[in-house]
Amino acid sequence: MIYPYIPHTDEDRAHMLEALGLSSIDQLFEVVGEDLLLEDSVPIAHRRTEDEVQRMIDSIAQRNIRGIPFLGGGCYDHIVPATVKALSSLPSFVTAYTPYQAEMSQGLLQAIFEFQSMICEITSMDIANASLYDGSHAIVEAALLMVNAKRGAKKVLVSETIHPFALKALKTWVLGTEYEIVLVEEKDGITDFSNLAIGDDVGGLIVQSPNRYGFVEDYTGMAELLHERKALFAISSDPLSLAIQKTPGQWGADIAIGDTQSLGLSLAFGGPSCGYMAVKQPLLRRIPGRLVGITADAEGRRGFTLTLQAREQHIKRERATSNICSNQALAALMTTIHLSSLGWNGMVEAARQSYAKAHYLAHHLGHLPGLDVLNAHPFWCEFPIVFHDAKRMRKFLQELRNEGIFAGVRLSALTRKSADELVLLVAVTEKRSREELEMYIAAAQRVMK
Amino acid sequence: MIEPLLIDKSKKGRLAYCYPPLDLPRSFDHEFEHLPSHLQREGGARLPEVSELDVVRHFTRLSGMVHGVDNGMYPLGSCTMKYNPKLGEEIAQMAQFTQIHPLQDTSTVQGCLSVMYNLLEDLSSITGMSWGSLQPCAGSHGEYTGLKLIRSYFLKRGDLNRTKVLIPVSAHGTNPASAAVNGFDVVEVASNRKGLVDLDGLKSRLTDEVAALMLTNPNTLGLFEEDILKISEAVHEAGALLYYDGANLNAIMGKARPGDMGFDVLHLNLHKTFSTPHGGGGPGSGPVMVNDLLRPFLPKPDIVLREGGYAFDWDQADSIGKVSMFWGNFLVFLRAYVYILRMGSEGLRAAANHAVLNANYLAKKLKPYYEIPYTGGIMHEFVISVKNYKEQYGVTAEDFAKALIDEGYHPPTVYFPLIVDEALMIEPTESESLENLDAFIDAMIRIAKRAKSDPGSLKKAPISTPVGRLDQVKAVKEARVRY
Repeated sequence: MIYPYIPHTDEDRAHMLEALGLSSIDQLFEVVGEDLLLEDSVPIAHRRTEDEVQRMIDSIAQRNIRGIPFLGGGCYDHIVPATVKALSSLPSFVTAYTPYQAEMSQGLLQAIFEFQSMICEITSMDIANASLYDGSHAIVEAALLMVNAKRGAKKVLVSETIHPFALKALKTWVLGTEYEIVLVEEKDGITDFSNLAIGDDVGGLIVQSPNRYGFVEDYTGMAELLHERKALFAISSDPLSLAIQKTPGQWGADIAIGDTQSLGLSLAFGGPSCGYMAVKQPLLRRIPGRLVGITADAEGRRGFTLTLQAREQHIKRERATSNICSNQALAALMTTIHLSSLGWNGMVEAARQSYAKAHYLAHHLGHLPGLDVLNAHPFWCEFPIVFHDAKRMRKFLQELRNEGIFAGVRLSALTRKSADELVLLVAVTEKRSREELEMYIAAAQRVMK
Repeated sequence: MIEPLLIDKSKKGRLAYCYPPLDLPRSFDHEFEHLPSHLQREGGARLPEVSELDVVRHFTRLSGMVHGVDNGMYPLGSCTMKYNPKLGEEIAQMAQFTQIHPLQDTSTVQGCLSVMYNLLEDLSSITGMSWGSLQPCAGSHGEYTGLKLIRSYFLKRGDLNRTKVLIPVSAHGTNPASAAVNGFDVVEVASNRKGLVDLDGLKSRLTDEVAALMLTNPNTLGLFEEDILKISEAVHEAGALLYYDGANLNAIMGKARPGDMGFDVLHLNLHKTFSTPHGGGGPGSGPVMVNDLLRPFLPKPDIVLREGGYAFDWDQADSIGKVSMFWGNFLVFLRAYVYILRMGSEGLRAAANHAVLNANYLAKKLKPYYEIPYTGGIMHEFVISVKNYKEQYGVTAEDFAKALIDEGYHPPTVYFPLIVDEALMIEPTESESLENLDAFIDAMIRIAKRAKSDPGSLKKAPISTPVGRLDQVKAVKEARVRY
């Protein structure tokens, strides 16, 4: 019997068994014991040919419906240059593993080094790691770093305006540990720092800008306040927004975190995306995950290698800075290719156009009865609108859907709170054409008139 | 052979990508200036300004300095570097999947949800567990999640005393690290002379403070824990739970099931066992599978099949909550699902059969040249020790590994597991043919001979790569981790 992806012929098997002095492969499994060995195959379907699988997947794919997405909530539909798919699909990139053997992984190591450098440049930080799973994971790792970096730290202050799913992930992390998440309340959609209590047991503060509503927050004086109390300051950001908004480094943050999905990764039903973390120099030995550094061989030739591995689980085991092993290397590579293609000017252009188009749509929706555009605070590419009643909101979503438009993300889908049911987050990227914007506006006008 | 950093090829004004001009009324063209000045970024970032061809050549050249499974054999123990079918890549690039937003109305994502639901069903059948969650993004993320389930289970029972996790000394480093991240204290369990869990030693450590025992089976020596049913009984009698690290499931996939062995929770590595590509270190996927006991604690949301279609179910009172941003690494699920569809139930069994056959064949042929300290019941991988070569000729495991690079092979995992001195851990997988195995054996024999006749030459390896052996001390000391 020939199986896909297994090259052995009957003759090969016979030869190998003979070399082992065995008469059947089953003998190699005797150690598992009769009690445990299954007599039959597990109850899943029989094998299919490549063509059969293609047809089957085609019909499954038909059950996904695409629209013109004005959807954000942590995942955005930006333009991705063709170079990203073409180059990130090169087989050696795709089928290699973590570059433990530096000499035969120089290309991968160099690409990661370039990723680290670009993340540092964008966030105005000193050191970036080779990637984390996603934005929520980056926030959890930042919290973990905070409680580990300060003796006696048990609490992490977290703004209520961070992404609701990231907040859920943080709450999962503290479950059953000695740590505590202390929420910093929001006021009118942005973090309210007026009652901030930074005790000795506080490891640091985590905020997000643009925040869960899309608002750009003001962190004036926060770094000084936290550092006075020996607490760390972490800012989570959509990295593309940092082309125009003040960077974590410029705010004086110690840790910059986020997700690079907006830099070259497709929507992909939410994954893979790619978390990033960048820190200031004093936290070099505290950063979780892989780090690639420059060194040289005996002849003085420049080379790249995984470095500072004494932080990591395979060396330090339970005393490691984190349990992370595999990260999101190929997704980080996609971001690297994306940024290499865009350059700084391209990145600014994408951020700037997203800003302009989002404001254009917000401006036009602002004139409609039956809903309010919340724009008391500056925003970048995403803004909330609040409907006056649920019926009209449903009709709005349905009518736009009929036009092939996904009008926005319901805030309640993220927070799971009924209080948020009338809030719709509308995201506009540079990818939305003028025509698509006008379609949205016209349909909205029809429903809300 | 050195490829410059792309930033060093930068030339002001050069473009690799051109955005369409902003076609809004002029007033909006400058709208961005309305971001209050104190919220604006100061200064630019140094990113490459190059042409599209510059980008293409740069990354194409870099890819030429990487060894993947597509380039050659990659017997990296415990990582299961099997062939990654091209069909999976083709399907993972379909716009009907890549252009779907995670927060679309569930009526518009029935395709994605059906892939996830059916994959979970198949994984449940394969592992003998009741259900699972696909949210964890890698193996260690799965460990983190699985241990969190255990923590929540005991918290729910009001059993606050169980703060310890038992872990064999031979375990992957992620096991103790994941336990620590969850606030558990780690207690090591010794191996016996056969390289297996020492049952009496284990029993003596099974106090009422123990929450779980984490086991990899077959273990990192490639040996099946033949006392697994006794271990399971002892663990459960002590009121603790049994965790299965699925790193080595490839050895028994479709042949035996962790659920039948008494494991309460496990994580899989879709990027190992289910043949999704490793991507240079991710994205992987580390689904967590559980029995009925732990099912109420699974991450939210669950995926359910209701009348009218698939849906997310957020109403699980005892759930640990979310562990990733959205639903997990969907495009990895898709590839794993495609692999399972292609292989079918018999194919998965055949994969395990041939993975074990290949490892045993290699071990048998290498035995005359290399010490294999633990040989009782080798499954899908085995560990050789070059301690003798080190003592007699000064040649280390690292030297053997680097010499293999010059032979065109990615080296095995070195210096792991920790219980074997000068270890090389070899996992050929089922993907390699007899001819490939024989060629690898010949290379290993050549290196063994060189180690005796010309040990100095091994110290100089590799010589066929763009750079020679790198100065690790310098890398740490200077810590140059960015341009």
